[in-house]
Amino acid sequence: MSRLDRLALKQEIEDFLYMEADLLDQRMFREWLDLLAEDLIYFMPIRRNVKFGQHAEKENTKQGEGISWFDEDKWTLGKRVEQILTGVHYAEEPLSRVTHMVSNVRLLEVSPSVEDPRDVVVGCRFLVYQNRVEYESNTFIGRRIDTLRRNGESWLIARRELILEQNVLLAKNLSILF
Amino acid sequence: MTTTLPIDRMIDTERGTISREIFVSPEFHREELEKLFTRAWLFVGHESQIPNPGDFFVSRMAEESVILCRDTMGTVHVFLNSCRHRGMKVCRYESGNTSLFVCPYHSWSYTTDGKLQGVPLYRVLYEGQLDRSEWSLIEVPKLHLYKGTVWASWDAEAPDFMTYLGDAVDHLDQVLDCRDGRPGGSEVIGIHKWILPANWKFAAENFLGDTYHNPSHRSVDMIGIGPSARAGQTGRRDNEYNKGQHVWASFPAGHGVHSVWMPEEFDYQPSYAQYPVVDEYFRHCFYERKKRLGDKARIMPFTGNLFPNTSYHGRQPRALCVWHPHGATQTEAWRFFLVDADAPAEVKDVLRRFYMRYSGPAGMTEQDDMENWLYATASSTGTIARRYPFNYQQSMGAYKHNDPIPGDVSTQITEQNARNYYQVYARYLKGESWASLLGTGDAVRAAAE
Repeated sequence: MSRLDRLALKQEIEDFLYMEADLLDQRMFREWLDLLAEDLIYFMPIRRNVKFGQHAEKENTKQGEGISWFDEDKWTLGKRVEQILTGVHYAEEPLSRVTHMVSNVRLLEVSPSVEDPRDVVVGCRFLVYQNRVEYESNTFIGRRIDTLRRNGESWLIARRELILEQNVLLAKNLSILF
Repeated sequence: MTTTLPIDRMIDTERGTISREIFVSPEFHREELEKLFTRAWLFVGHESQIPNPGDFFVSRMAEESVILCRDTMGTVHVFLNSCRHRGMKVCRYESGNTSLFVCPYHSWSYTTDGKLQGVPLYRVLYEGQLDRSEWSLIEVPKLHLYKGTVWASWDAEAPDFMTYLGDAVDHLDQVLDCRDGRPGGSEVIGIHKWILPANWKFAAENFLGDTYHNPSHRSVDMIGIGPSARAGQTGRRDNEYNKGQHVWASFPAGHGVHSVWMPEEFDYQPSYAQYPVVDEYFRHCFYERKKRLGDKARIMPFTGNLFPNTSYHGRQPRALCVWHPHGATQTEAWRFFLVDADAPAEVKDVLRRFYMRYSGPAGMTEQDDMENWLYATASSTGTIARRYPFNYQQSMGAYKHNDPIPGDVSTQITEQNARNYYQVYARYLKGESWASLLGTGDAVRAAAE
C-alpha cells in the first residue's frame, strides 16, 4: 500500500514540477509567483575550486551569509517579475526564449508520512536553455533541491536550492527565473 | 615601444571622437596587454582575504592568473601563477592556506615567498646546472597595500602607488574607510566572477562617470529595489545626497569619479527605512564621520574608475570591480563586495542582500548594463560601423580646475572624465614616459597650453 502511495505521490510531485516549469516557459510569471510560499528561500550558491576533502566545508557559498548568485525571498523574486513586466528591463526586453527541463526526480524526505504528505523534499536535475535576441544562448545545468509544502490540492515551493555546475559564470546575466 | 596604430587619429579628444576600433580590434587588444597592463597599477585583492601566514587567494592581472599570498613570515606577495619549468599553474584552488605551492606537472615546488624549493631528482638531473635561487616564481616588482587593498604593477619603473593615485585618493577613501570615518577597516564578504561578451572599456567607462546612462536603469527605478524599497520607496538607492552638488572629477593619471560635494551644513538623511537598526547604525556613523573628517566629510561617493580597470561603487552598494580583458570583445569581471569588518551582523546581512539584488549578473540594476555593453560591442564590429567613431562631445570645456574639490571638476553630467581617460590611454599605447602618463610631462603641459 505504502509503495503505491509513494508512486502516486512521486507522480503528483513530478506533475507539479512540470506544470511549474511550463508556467515559466509560457512567461506566466505572476501565476508562477503564486506557487511560492510567503516564507520562500531561493538560493543559488557560487561554486568554488577547492582542495580534495574541503568540498563539504568550502565548495559552495552558504545560504544566509556572504555573497551568492541568489540568496533571497519571495519579495525579491516578486520584484524580479515586476521588473520584467515594466517592459523596459532591457536585459529581458525583448524577452528571452527559455525552456526549463526537469529530470532525475527523487523524493528525498516526506513528512509526516507518505500517507499524509505535508512537506516533501524533492531532488532533481535542471537544464535551462535560454536563447536571447538573435545569437545569444546559455545553458544552465545543475542539481536542484526543493522543499514543497502541501497547499490544498496543490503545492507551494517553500525552499529552492539551485546548484549550478559553473565556477566563473559563463553567462553575462542571470536575468531569467529558475 | 612604438606603435603602428594611428592612435591620435583614432582618439581625438579635442574634437570629441573616438574610433570604434579601440573597442573591437584584436590589434588594440594586443597593444593594451603589451603596453598598458604591463605598466599601470592594477587591483589584486584585499588583505581580509589572506589574514594569516600561508593564506593565499588566486587573482588575475588582466589576462594572467596571479597568486596573492601572505608568506609564512607574514609578508604579502603577488606571483605569476605559472611554474618556471613548463608553465603549469602551480595553484588551481581559489583560496586556502599552504606552506608550499607544488606544481602538478613535474612537482617543482615553491615556498610561500616564491622560492623554488623542491626539484625532483635534483642531484641526478640538475646538479651543477640549475641554480634554484634564479628560478623563483615570477613576482610583481611593485606592490602596495592601501587600507586593506592590494595593488601591483609589472613595471619596476612605475611611480609609487600613492603618486599614481594622486587626488583620486580622497574618493577611493570613501570606499575603503569605515562608514564612521575611521581609516580602512573594510572586509571582502564575497566575490562575483563572470564572463561578459563586451570590451572591458565599456564597463570601466560606465563607472568612470557616465551618469548619462541613467535611463537604462529605468525599470529598477520604477519598481524600487533600494535599501528602503520594502517600505514602499521607488528608486534603486536611498536618496542620501539630495542636498548635495553632484561633481564629476577627472585626474591627470586617468582616474575619474562621480561624487557628491555636500553643503557646509548637511544632515543625515534617513535610509534603510524598513530596518531601524541599520538606519540607526548609519545615523551614528554619519555623525562620527563628520566629527572625524571635518570638511573632508563633505565628499560622498557614487562611482569611480581608477585607471585603467578598477571600478567602484562607493556606498549603496559598496564594491570594487575589476574588468579583465579576455580578448577584444570579451571581459572577465570580478567584483569584491565590501562591508565594515566590525559592523553589526544585522547591518551586514541587510547590505549583502541589497548588494546581491543590485549588482552583477543576477543584480537587477546591472543586468541592464551588461545588455548595453554586449550589444554596443557587437554592433561596433562591422566594417561599416568601424568607419564611424563614437561621439564624446558631451559638456566640452564645462569644468573648472580644483573647484570645489581637487581635479578637473564638472558640476554637470559630462564626458570630460572619459575624454581625459582616453587621452591617458593613448599615451600608454604610444609608450610614453611615466611623467607623461601621470600627466606631468612636458608634452602634456604643451598640449594643454
